[in-house]
Amino acid sequence: MRLLETQGLVKYFGDTHAVDHVDFAVAEAEVLALIGSNGAGKTTLVNVISGLLRADKGTIIFNSVDVTAQSVHDRIKAGIARSFQLVNLFDQLSVLDNVALSIFTRGDKTRKLMSLAELDRAVWQEALQVLYLFGLEAKATMLAGGISQGERKLLDVAVAYALRPKLLFLDEPTSGVSTREKAPIMDIITSIVRKERISAAIIEHDMDVVFNYSDRIVAMHGGAILADGPPDEIRRNEQVIANLLGAAP
Amino acid sequence: MSTLAVALETRSPARVFAWAIPIALALLVLPLVIDQYQTILLSYGLVMGIAALGFNLLLGYTGLLSFGHSAYFGVGAYVVALMVKYLGVASMELFLIGAIIGSVIVTALFGFVCVRYTRIFFGILTLALSQVLWSLAFKFFWVTGGTDGLRVPTPTLLGAVSGKGDKIAFLAGPYYYYVLVLFFGCVALMWVIVNSPFGKALQAIRDNETRAEFVGIQVWHYRWVAFLVSGVFTGLAGALWVPLNGLTTPEVLYWPFSGELVFMTVLGGFRSFAGPIVGAIVFNYLKTYAVGFTVYWQLLMGTVLVILVLSLPTGIVGSAGRLLARWKRAR
Amino acid sequence: MDFFLIHLLNALLYASVLFLIAGGLSLIYGVMRIVNLAHGNLYAFGAYVTAWSVGLLAAAPLSLQYLLIPVGAIAAAALGAVLEPTLLRPFYKRPEEYQLLVTFGLLMILEDVLRLVWGPYPLSANILADVMGSVSILGAVYPTYNLLVIAIGAVTAVFLWSFIYRTRFGVVLRATSQDMRMSSALGVNVNRVYVQAFTLGCLMAGLGGAIIVPSQSAVLGMGVDALILSFIVVVIGGLGSLEGALAGALIVGVVREAGIALFPEIELAVLYLMATIVLLLRPAGLFGRA
Repeated sequence: MRLLETQGLVKYFGDTHAVDHVDFAVAEAEVLALIGSNGAGKTTLVNVISGLLRADKGTIIFNSVDVTAQSVHDRIKAGIARSFQLVNLFDQLSVLDNVALSIFTRGDKTRKLMSLAELDRAVWQEALQVLYLFGLEAKATMLAGGISQGERKLLDVAVAYALRPKLLFLDEPTSGVSTREKAPIMDIITSIVRKERISAAIIEHDMDVVFNYSDRIVAMHGGAILADGPPDEIRRNEQVIANLLGAAP
Repeated sequence: MSTLAVALETRSPARVFAWAIPIALALLVLPLVIDQYQTILLSYGLVMGIAALGFNLLLGYTGLLSFGHSAYFGVGAYVVALMVKYLGVASMELFLIGAIIGSVIVTALFGFVCVRYTRIFFGILTLALSQVLWSLAFKFFWVTGGTDGLRVPTPTLLGAVSGKGDKIAFLAGPYYYYVLVLFFGCVALMWVIVNSPFGKALQAIRDNETRAEFVGIQVWHYRWVAFLVSGVFTGLAGALWVPLNGLTTPEVLYWPFSGELVFMTVLGGFRSFAGPIVGAIVFNYLKTYAVGFTVYWQLLMGTVLVILVLSLPTGIVGSAGRLLARWKRAR
Repeated sequence: MDFFLIHLLNALLYASVLFLIAGGLSLIYGVMRIVNLAHGNLYAFGAYVTAWSVGLLAAAPLSLQYLLIPVGAIAAAALGAVLEPTLLRPFYKRPEEYQLLVTFGLLMILEDVLRLVWGPYPLSANILADVMGSVSILGAVYPTYNLLVIAIGAVTAVFLWSFIYRTRFGVVLRATSQDMRMSSALGVNVNRVYVQAFTLGCLMAGLGGAIIVPSQSAVLGMGVDALILSFIVVVIGGLGSLEGALAGALIVGVVREAGIALFPEIELAVLYLMATIVLLLRPAGLFGRA
């Protein structure tokens, strides 16, 4: 069953078609990689689907519901979440607070003015569990602005994960992180999403990461989809090789 | 899980009780040791503390710097004065209810316009709207008394304690305790609000508006509610202030008064809970004694503000906290 | 007919001065991305300095006194040149609240400095305007000096436009406003451009004050009023755009004049209403960039 499907999605920036009539689909419990050179339209596509930008044309169907005109808030309620390429966290709040916030909003608890946040044990227990999953429990009380880049990247994903989405968009989850740290981060992320049958669409530039972790690869170029298929097929695709991978070794 | 216990314990807001209780006791007992003039002066400080507390919900916790909070203080004050003038009311409780209703209406309206914007647009919009109110207080002088303002006699507290008779004794006695009780109430209420899930959401919006949106927080709504709460606290302060002053004039709606609120909050430290309160009380004393020195005390205030922002951005409370931490480490 | 003409001319007069103030504000924002809350007080400063120097040389021949009008503008520019490196530069890298707080502090300081130096009473230079008398246009009698102010406003607009779009400095200014880091990488001395832009903006504000003071006196509080009005102008016209400042100034001038003529009580409220509507419908203003 297709969890997400876009039909003829278009986004203009002035005269440029950043996203040019894209038909993009994600199945349930699937991990796919979204690749393409800079300017190919990957982040714009994610921005449009997640609601940061409005589509100029086309439709977005999520879980059989047309979400094209829905607000960010509604899309999150429907089950779409995302992390950001340039880490976007609440730097003056603790690591634990960052994750707890997602859990509070998920339960519509942030509307409560008159109860103390500390008293809601269930939320904090869950937040701590999420931190354990991501290996961040040791940093629970530190401010998000004070932990390492790799930890911030993981926290960014954890905050999105804590919303318990059905579809998680990850924008370059390993960028800015040393090569040695990339694999552990991807291991953690993919084991979590696979175990809970969350679909993940990961924008990545590092081809090792792409080929090692994804079930399916979607390659974009010039705002349109160039190729779409399992890793082996993509590896052999001539256009992809020419535009993205360079000559075969 | 013991980690959870540790995590919650070290950041528990309940630790604030260590400071709060001795100070509360001191405030309760103070009138017995200081003279009447000083007690009334302190009342002014407590009232401004409530106003600053409200103001800082927006600045310190939501990241919105308002230059027009005099509007809500003034609304509170004028509602009381108009209730006296047109309805002959003398009950303090009715005054408070009226002030709250008036503040809710004005902040809901102003907030609706202002919170769509941030930073400089927000700042100047709030300033501009407060100037509109100020100019209305002037122009409709047959209602508001114009520059002469409106007199407000001492009110009746709880239907029982009358303000007639020795005014100074009333203000230094029953009225002080009335203000004090409301002060404790407001502090407690604000403390709960900033430590609630709602308060956390506000801080998230302050730190990263985009991420807050993507965690499911409807930023505009939350800002609007924060604006509302903030304005009502300040309006309440305005209502409490009028009987102390005996009179309300358009001065209380004019922009320098908003400037005082900004100043006292920055002085005390806008990144802490108690900072605005400390700043308000300290400022109150500074103003009372400085005005005796010089009429150019806005110059003084502006200079100190610039110095504060340049070198002591965390204000009194923040700097004291840092000194305390350093002293503890040195032992 | 003459009633209409006089109001139109008043609107243009107002727009002229507003364009200078708002244009300065917009220019500074366009290049430096900061809004100086004390900007209105630089306009006031220009007015006071000009009125004062004219008063100083009251015994001198009138033609000499006219030459003193730009003194206010130059004084405001000088003040700006001093303020930018000392008070503003430390804050470019810090969160925006601090910038707002420091310029607000500056606003308070300047307001009291004006009172300290020139006292609480209005300062005027009426002689310069009165002596020029009035002129008759299509049956209406209108002060000649006001026409001069309108002319100065128009000339300044043209001059500024050619300065920004036709000179090398203007190119540097526009480049820095579009991409500060890139310009810096290309060898532009950004610090110097900033101080020059700020000075130019303050010059404009000071000029606005200087030319209006013979027509209406310098009073305390004129700075904040000007700040708010110029803000309305840039809201309507778009922050960062000189064309926007011109368009906004004209619109505000006309609406205000209409308000004064028809609903004097709530003329200010009408302007705010208009600004609010524009903000709700088109947040970037008519010509603004986000």
